[in-house]
Amino acid sequence: MSEPVLDARNLLCPLPVIRTQNQVEKMNAGDTLCVQCTDHGVINDIPAWCRINGHEILSIDEQEYEIIIRLRVGKGS
Amino acid sequence: MTKISNDNTQRKAVALVSGGLDSMLAVKVLQEQGVHVEGINFFTGFCVEGHTHAIRKKDRDKPKRNNALWVAEQLGIKLHILDISEDYKDVVINPKHGYGANLNPCLDCKGFMVKQAMSWMEKNDFDFLITGEVMGQRPMSQRKDTMPVVSRESGAGDLLLRPLCAKLLPETLPEREGWVDRDQLLDFSGRNRKPQMALAEKFGFKEYAQPAGGCCFLTDANYSSKLADLWQARGEKTYEIDDIVMLKVGRHLRPKPHFKLIIAREEGETNFLRGYRKNYISLNTVSHSGPISLIDGEADEEDIELAARLVARFCSGRNADLVTVNVIQKNGESRDIDVKPLTADEIPQEWYV
Repeated sequence: MSEPVLDARNLLCPLPVIRTQNQVEKMNAGDTLCVQCTDHGVINDIPAWCRINGHEILSIDEQEYEIIIRLRVGKGS
Repeated sequence: MTKISNDNTQRKAVALVSGGLDSMLAVKVLQEQGVHVEGINFFTGFCVEGHTHAIRKKDRDKPKRNNALWVAEQLGIKLHILDISEDYKDVVINPKHGYGANLNPCLDCKGFMVKQAMSWMEKNDFDFLITGEVMGQRPMSQRKDTMPVVSRESGAGDLLLRPLCAKLLPETLPEREGWVDRDQLLDFSGRNRKPQMALAEKFGFKEYAQPAGGCCFLTDANYSSKLADLWQARGEKTYEIDDIVMLKVGRHLRPKPHFKLIIAREEGETNFLRGYRKNYISLNTVSHSGPISLIDGEADEEDIELAARLVARFCSGRNADLVTVNVIQKNGESRDIDVKPLTADEIPQEWYV
């Protein structure tokens, strides 16, 4: 199955974190998620949220206008 | 130390975590008593977060962080961020207890948030609620006479514990039941921050956020005046999330009652507003470099020309005879018009919202 992509573009923090949180709640441990964002605040916030909740950041791709974050859902979800 | 009650259960408290020092201390006070604490943070749409300014390119180099997440990580607690923005509209539009100095409905807001936290607490099988409130610290929601109002109207009653000023308030259920030791709670009051700073030092907190004007845009006079203008222009007190986000971005000028212009102030805002072009008529100078602008409201041809002349004033061709402005309608229809930039004298101060 292809990796789900969450479109959190044009949302200001903390909305991208909330959308990520709500999406991850529906997923299973080990699943991966790709989040597209435009607010550079996510570079700190989504990893912080992942650390607190036991999820793993796989990559952060910072482009000129967009940030693509991939994460793996942890067991605590 | 793990606090074990008579039935050998570690008690669980949910804390309202704003990201400031007070809620950080309140959580730590309870953790010291062995209570399991998890945090809740609310998104109302009006939250002030450093990286709201991340859309402004000039601020990109400054460290951005969500203070509530940062605090949760320092304390080693989980943080649940809840989007209450839709239900929160009624708090802002119809506050039972009225507004503060600006459009801040602080007392209704606190009661609403505690009520939401109560609901979360019940759903997730927690035992009680805590906040970082300090008596006398805020003029509306943290007074001796209004703190009981929050407890009562939220429905939390004596399940709401304020560890930093609990000794100044009647005993709550967690204290009576021995889930927490009242003697180890505090009696902070007033606006003096020294007791909090001393406690922070005792706990080894070397860094913490010190928001200057609270954590809500509604306490800000400029922001409130933009919201009041929005309501006046629409003839009713309503808003959507995009509206209130837009109030944080750009320069706002209202040349006519039925429309206003949102003009980006720099490249970061230009990039941000670009994402909203499908929702608004947008204007962009093409003969000279300049910011993108959006028209909020209904604008006819005459209005669009006036808007274009105004936008031209804010581009590098402000002193040119003519500036070419590209106008894109919401349906994507695009055309260029040549206009003479307005002079500074032709822009009355009252146009600035």
